[in-house]
Amino acid sequence: MNKIPIKFTVNGKQREAQVEPNELLINLLREELYLTGTKYGCGVGECGACTVFVNDEPVLSCLTLAASVDGQQITTIEGLAKGSELHPMQVSFLKNAAVQCGFCTPGMILTAIALLKENPEPTEEEIRDYMRGNICRCTGYTQIVRAIKECAESIKS
Amino acid sequence: MQFNTRLLTHKFEYLAPETLTEALDLLNQYQAHHIKVLAGGTDLLVKMKTIDMEVDYLLYIKGIKELNFVDTAAGLSIGAIIPYSRLLKEDKIKTKYTALYEGIQAIAAPAIRNMGTIAGNIGNASPAADTVPPLIAFGAEVQIENKQGKRTILLENLFTGPGKTVLKPDELITRITVPEVKPQTGSAFIKKSRVKADLAKINLAVSLTRNGQNCEDCKIVFGSVAATAVRAPRTEKLLEGHSMTEELFIQAAKSVANEIKPIDDIRSTAEYRILMSQEMLYDALKLAWGRTYSQNESDPKNGGE
Repeated sequence: MNKIPIKFTVNGKQREAQVEPNELLINLLREELYLTGTKYGCGVGECGACTVFVNDEPVLSCLTLAASVDGQQITTIEGLAKGSELHPMQVSFLKNAAVQCGFCTPGMILTAIALLKENPEPTEEEIRDYMRGNICRCTGYTQIVRAIKECAESIKS
Repeated sequence: MQFNTRLLTHKFEYLAPETLTEALDLLNQYQAHHIKVLAGGTDLLVKMKTIDMEVDYLLYIKGIKELNFVDTAAGLSIGAIIPYSRLLKEDKIKTKYTALYEGIQAIAAPAIRNMGTIAGNIGNASPAADTVPPLIAFGAEVQIENKQGKRTILLENLFTGPGKTVLKPDELITRITVPEVKPQTGSAFIKKSRVKADLAKINLAVSLTRNGQNCEDCKIVFGSVAATAVRAPRTEKLLEGHSMTEELFIQAAKSVANEIKPIDDIRSTAEYRILMSQEMLYDALKLAWGRTYSQNESDPKNGGE
């Protein structure tokens, strides 16, 4: 099986790779680029733990072929902070204790950022609806919803 | 889970054509092999991970620019690689094709909607597909192409069973077209699922056109109650040409319960589906009928649940 050469950017950095046709984006990120913030949860598109941005839109890296991101821009949870300054959504998650085991957190934060981009002032119902593809088995969601709401308010003010 | 969903273990060749001609040539060339069309991957890659399925070639079509268009000038014309989320940004879909808008909103979650395509939802031919009942209700047609040429088929005639369509191995869905909706048309989509991100136990799209107090045109399309999405022609006839009264809504709901023939499966039971079909039809008819009066209102998200 011939490897496929691809060029793409990850967190603003130009990258090149040789990938197998059946290689998944999540494994390219985790195993070859050591960006282990992106988590493998269910592998079938139900949990949202593997969420990354492709061209600034959340997609599931466990259901994306690595070869298909040729020419695309990828952002992972590692790409949100500017140096030691966290993204406001990360700050809000910490402040509101929206993290317990942390496994769902990268996907949660990326999806939440996409939500606020589409809808800067979501209601609680809109937050819960948008986040429905990201499953958390620790927090019960209350703190996560609060963190997103507070982040929206802090950006506004 | 008995399968390892962390990896794709298939050994296949990845084909990523940049033009439609190239794609159709490849389909023609490899039609005797196990060639699969890949767009969003939200169904196909899940199946490849969880079902024993042979794939020799994967034809990735998202790089084909000719299939990347949405035209709303007359009706709707949607290219085959347009993801669901793109259509949520179209005001015309929200206001005029409300049931389609609600059907898309009911699909899984935002990341899935950024990946999956309408054409894929159709081609995958799941009886539970959320965009299919609304598209049938609006009279959608599917354009299918192969190397030899193209043909157009009414969406409701495309499906032959769960996962099965009339598409030949060398054919590709290239666009979905939907006729312009008539004035004074209202529509609604309702879905029942275990949680919101799940597939439908049962879903329903209704489209009504009003003439004075009478229902002029009526389409009722259920998903997940048969091997394919199905219309309820007897109940449609019951409504057409009649004044839409409370009694008629109730009569239609009773009628539809006798018309659909669902089965028990992993997601629900025949009994539940029949009971729900009546409630859903009653609600959807009222909602759609109300919308025939307020077609230009911009926010259709009230109601439906």
